[in-house]
Amino acid sequence: MLKILKYSFFDLIRSRWSYVYFLFYLLLGFVLLFLNNDVSKAVITLMNIIIVLVPLIGTIFGVMYYYNSKEFTELLLAQPIRRSSIFLGQYFGVAGSQTMSLVLGLGIPFVMYGLFKSDAIFDFSLLLVTGAFLTLIFTALSFNIALSNENKIKGFGYAVLLWLFLAVIYDGLFLMSLIIFKEYPLDTFSLAATMFNPIDLSRILILLELDISALLGYTGAVFKKFFGTQTGLIISIVMLVIWTAIPLWWLTYKAKRKDF
Amino acid sequence: MFSLLGERAFGRTVPICPDCEIRTISEGVATAMDHDTLLIKKGTYKEFNILIDKPLTLLGQGYPIVDGEEKGEIIRIVSDHVTIDGLFIINVGTSYTTDYAAIRVVKSEHFLIQNVVLERLFFGIYLEKSNHGKIFHNKIIGDAVDEYNSGNGIQLWYSHNVEVERNIVQGVRDGIYLEFSDNVTIKGNTSTKNLRYGLHFMFSNDDVYTGNTFEENGAGVAVMFSKRIKMIKNTFRNNWGTASYGMLLKEINDAEIVNNVFEENTIGINIEGSNRITYDNNDFVANGWAIKVLGACYANTFTRNNFLYNSFDISYNSKMNDNKFDQNYWSDYTGYDLDKDGIGDIPYRPVKLFSYIVNRTPETIVLLRSLFMDIIDFSEKVSPVFTPDNLMDANPLIQRSHDTH
Repeated sequence: MLKILKYSFFDLIRSRWSYVYFLFYLLLGFVLLFLNNDVSKAVITLMNIIIVLVPLIGTIFGVMYYYNSKEFTELLLAQPIRRSSIFLGQYFGVAGSQTMSLVLGLGIPFVMYGLFKSDAIFDFSLLLVTGAFLTLIFTALSFNIALSNENKIKGFGYAVLLWLFLAVIYDGLFLMSLIIFKEYPLDTFSLAATMFNPIDLSRILILLELDISALLGYTGAVFKKFFGTQTGLIISIVMLVIWTAIPLWWLTYKAKRKDF
Repeated sequence: MFSLLGERAFGRTVPICPDCEIRTISEGVATAMDHDTLLIKKGTYKEFNILIDKPLTLLGQGYPIVDGEEKGEIIRIVSDHVTIDGLFIINVGTSYTTDYAAIRVVKSEHFLIQNVVLERLFFGIYLEKSNHGKIFHNKIIGDAVDEYNSGNGIQLWYSHNVEVERNIVQGVRDGIYLEFSDNVTIKGNTSTKNLRYGLHFMFSNDDVYTGNTFEENGAGVAVMFSKRIKMIKNTFRNNWGTASYGMLLKEINDAEIVNNVFEENTIGINIEGSNRITYDNNDFVANGWAIKVLGACYANTFTRNNFLYNSFDISYNSKMNDNKFDQNYWSDYTGYDLDKDGIGDIPYRPVKLFSYIVNRTPETIVLLRSLFMDIIDFSEKVSPVFTPDNLMDANPLIQRSHDTH
């Protein structure tokens, strides 16, 4: 598995897209800090970008890589290597290279603008951790989609649809249900609903660490407990881990049974 | 005989110290004549219930400690023309039936309380039906934990024409509390980290407060049931909390709110049933809600304010609007200025759809900063359906109206 991981990783690192991705974040970081010149404010702006863009790029990269390396995968399958090693190796190669681009691309400008001297360091690392989780989750989901769709166009379509659903449509449905059922106590429901969407979950996780969480706690006791204490942070991180683990488990499960 | 008369006219100076002729303050007060000065030298005086019933000056030298040993009230002034200066008063008794104060002024006029330091107190300085006095440059440091067994720093009750200037109050229930007190000037005070309100007004008219700083108070500043209040150049900062605001206005009429700064509060100003108020030249910076309007508020004008980076600029709970917004600067304004007159060519609508939704279904706040919300806010901005359509700033400024205070 490590060999395949290494191969995929270096293959991707040499590719143009990793550089583009890396340079994009590098530029973004510098521009944000240049315009704001305040590390903690830049963190907030960055949050909006990370929770939308990282999942999208993760999804597209995952699907693309899977389809592009399909022939290589089939070649490997003919060798006496465990299937889970092949797929997990490729998966971690893709997710790892993306995470690296993200962390380095954003890390370098922030460090240069004096991140270590500012008190935003915890918020910033949380942002990067969340970004890494989102990459892992969405790459895994897209691998699953690609694995179960032989047709590239279909696979791409489903993957983009998945992103669209989780980034936009889910919140719309969520909002509608909140408004329709507003006569009922909704705080537990709304917290639960955010847990079922990794993008919402990441958004909440980052908001929790910002001052603005007081705004959220304003609504009621359940929110106050969740947003006002460490409980929220712990639950959100645990949920992110679960969100990563389940698609990965499903990926190996499917890969073992698939007839190539 | 003449020399005696001369001394009488200016008042004698009576020294008090642990090894002087007069050892306690009470004794000093009892033996002193009108207009004497009691010079209290450095030391500890374990006394309480000191009754000052004649015009005296109590002057502390090197901050003598007056320790009430938590037995009750410490100084009670019942005479006109009393000055208290430079004492360090500690350990006021706590009671659930009597409002024990470190210094209480009862039905007296022309008093001056200055340079006093109060610690471990219940109530600090309590004015009761006492007019024309001055509370100047005192420091009140409480250690209040619960609202029910703590008192207020400076309390005015039926006391008119008083000046409260340059005091520092922290860690009490209400920093400065006014009830039925008219024509009071509150100037240059710092009221921080109090359990409930930094400043609390009830039924007090024609008061002015300028240049005060209110920070990190449990619920901010509350101004209620008062008329013709002037609030100028104050700073309301960092009142973050689930039920906090910079300032609460309830049933306030004809007030002027000018040149204030509201920074990083959950709600900058919470307005309920307040009419004919002028909001001019204020800064609202990085608040959750800059202004939240609840209930009937009519004929208020908001001009030349800066609204900078608030999560919500204005929140309204009705579709009716009788308030005027004109020539404010809104950091969220995205319009253009083709004729270069410094005023945006398209009006700005400060009530976002999201803020309208949150008002109706508070739980939706969990969708704060989600992409979906940005999209529907944008569509509402293009064609308003839910938000009051006459609630807008027809002349939004392109540049800030003034430099941030």
